[in-house]
Amino acid sequence: MSTLLEIKNLKTHFFSKDKVLPVVDGVDFKVKKGETLAIVGESGSGKSITSLSIMGLVPKPGGKIVEGEILFDGKDLVQLSENQMYKVRGNDIAMIFQEPMSSLNPVLTIGEQITEVLIYHKKLSKKEARQKAIELLKIVGFARAEGILDDYPHRLSGGMRQRVMIAMAMSCDPKLLIADEPTTALDVTVQAQILELMKDLSKKFESSIILITHDLGVVAELADRVIVMYAGQVVEESPVVSLFDEPLHPYTQGLLSSIPKLDEERKRLTSIAGNVPSPDSFPKGCRFNTRCPHVMQVCIDKQPDLIEVKPGRKSRCFLHEEGVNSNG
Amino acid sequence: MAKPEINLPNDINAQTLGKRRSLLSIIVAKFFQNKLAVIALVVLSIIITSAILAPLITPHDPNLQNLRHRLEPPGPEFWLGTDHLGRDLFSRLLYGGRVSLTVGFVAMIGAVSIGTTIGAIAGFFGGKVDAFLMRLVDVIISFPNIFLLITLVAVLEPSMEILILVFALLSWTGTSRLVRGEFLTLKNREFVLAARTIGMSNTRIIFGQILPSAMGPVIVAATLAVGNFILAESTLSFLGLGIQPPRASWGNMLTYSQSVTIFRNAVWYPTFPGLAILITVLCFNFIGDGLRDALDPRIVEK
Repeated sequence: MSTLLEIKNLKTHFFSKDKVLPVVDGVDFKVKKGETLAIVGESGSGKSITSLSIMGLVPKPGGKIVEGEILFDGKDLVQLSENQMYKVRGNDIAMIFQEPMSSLNPVLTIGEQITEVLIYHKKLSKKEARQKAIELLKIVGFARAEGILDDYPHRLSGGMRQRVMIAMAMSCDPKLLIADEPTTALDVTVQAQILELMKDLSKKFESSIILITHDLGVVAELADRVIVMYAGQVVEESPVVSLFDEPLHPYTQGLLSSIPKLDEERKRLTSIAGNVPSPDSFPKGCRFNTRCPHVMQVCIDKQPDLIEVKPGRKSRCFLHEEGVNSNG
Repeated sequence: MAKPEINLPNDINAQTLGKRRSLLSIIVAKFFQNKLAVIALVVLSIIITSAILAPLITPHDPNLQNLRHRLEPPGPEFWLGTDHLGRDLFSRLLYGGRVSLTVGFVAMIGAVSIGTTIGAIAGFFGGKVDAFLMRLVDVIISFPNIFLLITLVAVLEPSMEILILVFALLSWTGTSRLVRGEFLTLKNREFVLAARTIGMSNTRIIFGQILPSAMGPVIVAATLAVGNFILAESTLSFLGLGIQPPRASWGNMLTYSQSVTIFRNAVWYPTFPGLAILITVLCFNFIGDGLRDALDPRIVEK
């Protein structure tokens, strides 16, 4: 499989009057064609800002990509002008959000919102766009799509709105779909349907998906590969099955042991003590050293690199380095 | 209307909420619950229609002087009496209404267009652009308006066009502040970010996505503004700086009410244009109130 998106040493920092916040601090990863990559991490680990950086929509004022390359199909998106980015957004890369309730414009009908994308990017006529919108709504599961077109968003339920958002995102056959916690705000039963839908669509449209979530259940359901982010950095990268079988990084181990399991009797769930450090007070050395159960002197002195531990599996931890490997 | 049935293949028990009604029909229904506003709308429609149809309705030429019939009281020949030059007051009232309403509407359209555009740009882009435009607004608001109007109209030839231009250029500030405020809150809503992610340009987001949501307060302000412009035109014309005789306007018809003789001998002369202004401005204000309630999403439908 060829590479669709490659991110090299991406640094997105936020500048305020007297400090610099390295919210995304040297992130590298690749997304192959047709692959679903999950980015996992707690709130504040920089996953959403990474995705907004790809879209060229870093929140302003304050936010800026200070270093790195975002190679999409060979083009560096960081270097593109705003006008060139308009054509990439929606057309090549589309995005869906956590809150389907607020991401549709309340004063425009569903039809107006979907056809607008089609008229703008695909230069369709109003009639053609309407026809295509009906088709798209059918694909995402509305049997009587014509009926929905003239409705305002407030008449749809959360799950239905998320379907509409997905229809809008898929309307121009994007090569990459970024889904920022697409199921977090939905009921559990609806979550499963939306995940199923996304799975089907990624096959049908042959598009890659970047799935941002903190729900490891969703990861297991949908992803091919997983990236675990912590404090603005990638701490582990792995195919999904081996991540769940044998997490390498202590942070990933912590995340996995905090999921309740049915076949186990535990009185309390384990949790990782403490919080993600805020970007203005990242500790020196390994950024996880304040919460890591295996912390060593070297972790406080030096920052570990993201190294390939096993084929296809990377981790950012000194435990994997020669000599200390055995007592992990 | 029947509920549309939606059968989702994977068995979502999905039904859209409530019966389908367009936004417009909801607003119209809410507006018609306000009796005062509806009455005002009817009265105003009559006033506007009669002003438009003035040439067909009026029995006399509004500018024809008939000195034998000076200051005649209302009667079968002159329905509302005559003025000090023997001109038919009813005809002048309708023709004057044309002028006053035109000034009000055109100045409103001008002021609201400028105000909306500037407010939208300031609110959307923020930062230095916002700071600059809002200081400009502060400067314009700080002008002593009446004196500036009087000076401008005195320097330039007073005419309807100049009046409209001056009103539009000096009165957009309120609208721009209103629109800016709306944009400041709306631009951070998620649907704006969603619009960006599908590649919409700033212009399309401002006019296609945010402005429709911000239109409610603007429509209300615009309605109230028409009333204010009619008052302002009357004031200037009353002072002799607005519409120049012999062309009639409600304001310059009132000029002669300053004379004590006219007040004592022909009280109908200043009464009718005065009433016309009062009723028209009142109508605009009532309609404005009605629209405010109708467009406010917080007031729940009964």
